[in-house]
Amino acid sequence: MAMTKKKLRLVKTDTPPFWVKPAIPVLALIGTFIITSGLILLSNANPFETYYYFLFAPLGSRVSTLEILVKATPLILTGVAVTFAFATGYYNIGAEGQLYAGAIAAAGLGVALHGVPAIIAIPVMILGGFIAGMAWALIPALLKIKLAVDEVVTTLLMNSIMAYIVSALLNGPWRDPASGWPQSPEISPTAMFFKIVPRSRLNFGFVIAIAAILILWIIMTRTSFGLKMRAVGLGKPAAKFAGISVNKTILIAALVSGGVAGVAGVAEVAGIQFHLIGELSPGYGYTGVIIATLGSLNAFGVGLAAIFFGLVDAGAQTVSRALGVPVYLGEITQATMLLVALGMLLLQRYKIRRM
Amino acid sequence: MELFLVNLIAATLRVSTPILLAAIGETFTERAGILNLGIEGIMFFGAFVGFFVADASGSLWIGFLVAILSGVLSGILMGLLSVSLGVNQHVSGLGITLLLTGLSLYLFRLVYGGRSTPPSIEPFQQLTPFNDIPIIGPITQQYFLTYVTFLVIIPLAWWILYRTRFGLNIRAVGENPEALDAAGVSVYLIRYLTLGIGGGLMAAGGAFLSLASLGAFSHGIISGRGWVAIAIVIFGNWDPIRVMIGALIFGGTNALQLRLQAMGLQLPIPYETFLALPYIVTIIALVLAGRNASYPAALLKPYKRE
Repeated sequence: MAMTKKKLRLVKTDTPPFWVKPAIPVLALIGTFIITSGLILLSNANPFETYYYFLFAPLGSRVSTLEILVKATPLILTGVAVTFAFATGYYNIGAEGQLYAGAIAAAGLGVALHGVPAIIAIPVMILGGFIAGMAWALIPALLKIKLAVDEVVTTLLMNSIMAYIVSALLNGPWRDPASGWPQSPEISPTAMFFKIVPRSRLNFGFVIAIAAILILWIIMTRTSFGLKMRAVGLGKPAAKFAGISVNKTILIAALVSGGVAGVAGVAEVAGIQFHLIGELSPGYGYTGVIIATLGSLNAFGVGLAAIFFGLVDAGAQTVSRALGVPVYLGEITQATMLLVALGMLLLQRYKIRRM
Repeated sequence: MELFLVNLIAATLRVSTPILLAAIGETFTERAGILNLGIEGIMFFGAFVGFFVADASGSLWIGFLVAILSGVLSGILMGLLSVSLGVNQHVSGLGITLLLTGLSLYLFRLVYGGRSTPPSIEPFQQLTPFNDIPIIGPITQQYFLTYVTFLVIIPLAWWILYRTRFGLNIRAVGENPEALDAAGVSVYLIRYLTLGIGGGLMAAGGAFLSLASLGAFSHGIISGRGWVAIAIVIFGNWDPIRVMIGALIFGGTNALQLRLQAMGLQLPIPYETFLALPYIVTIIALVLAGRNASYPAALLKPYKRE
């Protein structure tokens, strides 16, 4: 055989075939399925059955479908929060702590506003949560722009500090006097978010989350500030050269980011728990980073990614109840999907050639 | 007072050990240009793997070695993403942390889920080489791994970074990868090697907590120590000796708060203030060191051969 051996090679391309972009989420899902199925087998469950419960069973009934949106609410908000910061090139990984700052404000105000009508109480709580999240984001932001201290590290450390503040409140002044549980007293009924759909947990928080997506989209695409944010995100020296006040832009983006994360905390307290509890967030702040990335820092992409992750969260609980697979499969699936998708996004830039 | 100080110094060395191991690991990866935010998850996974394997095999050392292996593999996974694929290091590192945290909790639930009491093992014993001598005796009563960390790992890390060809290549790859590539050294290989070494050290830090400090594994076993390690690396200006000083400051604050808690003082402030103190001190230390921090020039920048 006189054939020359041909090898498959990856060749760089600027024009990926049209089917690549829509295929990436599907391929990422299949890749994630293959990788996680080993773990599912370890827990003596059938991967196909597990994935049925995971991805389709939550869509089976009205209540469980709405529950996906309930789970998506904090994820949309933290995803939007992270997007504000990341798009500006400010790596705020402190959404988790900022969420709890907002939750503390909501739990405090929610009790203080006893007897105040909902039309005043609810806006006050949202505003209070926004300001609290902003305040918690202020320290790393100022350290960054005034003293050039790396924000990645400080925002992460601030998360740990916030966890102890929450613990101090719940084991100290806010410990429930009746039950002795480490949870704050119940907030006023007028401060609780109203249900959008009766006999479900879907509440006003979801409306806020959708509004956050729209506001993010408008700011990013329709305002001069959005243009500044993206310019700073793409390169600080160039942005400075173009006459943009880089530090001011970063500061505002960081504060809005913290504020939105704070509202996520308000939505959990006022819409779901009605108390501050230590386990309010199973890491929504960190998942927000994944969602912002999978959504390509685009407002609607963030919304879609968050709703899909809401499905995964709801599905993980269904799987855990139905098949006894540990609920952490949800986290593993989300993280695996991120890593697989990151790898695949790069494949866009290549095509396979025989040469 | 003397007893208090002696106990404080002894506890500082103990508490610093896991952070220091992880911080030295991160020093290597960052010197080569990779910020590995997977550190928190790699420590957590190392703590779990060490505990599980030690429990299953009946040998603490087998557990410790397999934990290190898990860290090396995690480091290579980070390399696959950040070196070979050139993905954003913040996102890939955080993704690895989330993956390994979820994976550890998943496997822990699978293996030990049915038990009513949390599982535990008999942890490493402390060495008592100078038992009879006052002051020196209690201070030198430490785990073998603490001795190894301070007397072997730190000098070795310094020697490798500043006195070997490999160390020169690591530093060069973090400052000017193009030049190293032009000199015929593989940038990818150096970065993979440092990520492997770094991952192994991070996992060793995690396994120290489960196999020496606690003899158990729990959800809060790492609780942000990985992030502290990253702060300490910046504070230490990417130099093993200064990183050690940073770890001792954190460890000292932590040991102090443990001592104060143990004394059972009735203070008008919640005990969580003490728990948060080391993190606050770390931020302050970072601010003080921040002006002089000289980041590796190629940190966060994926290398692409054109």
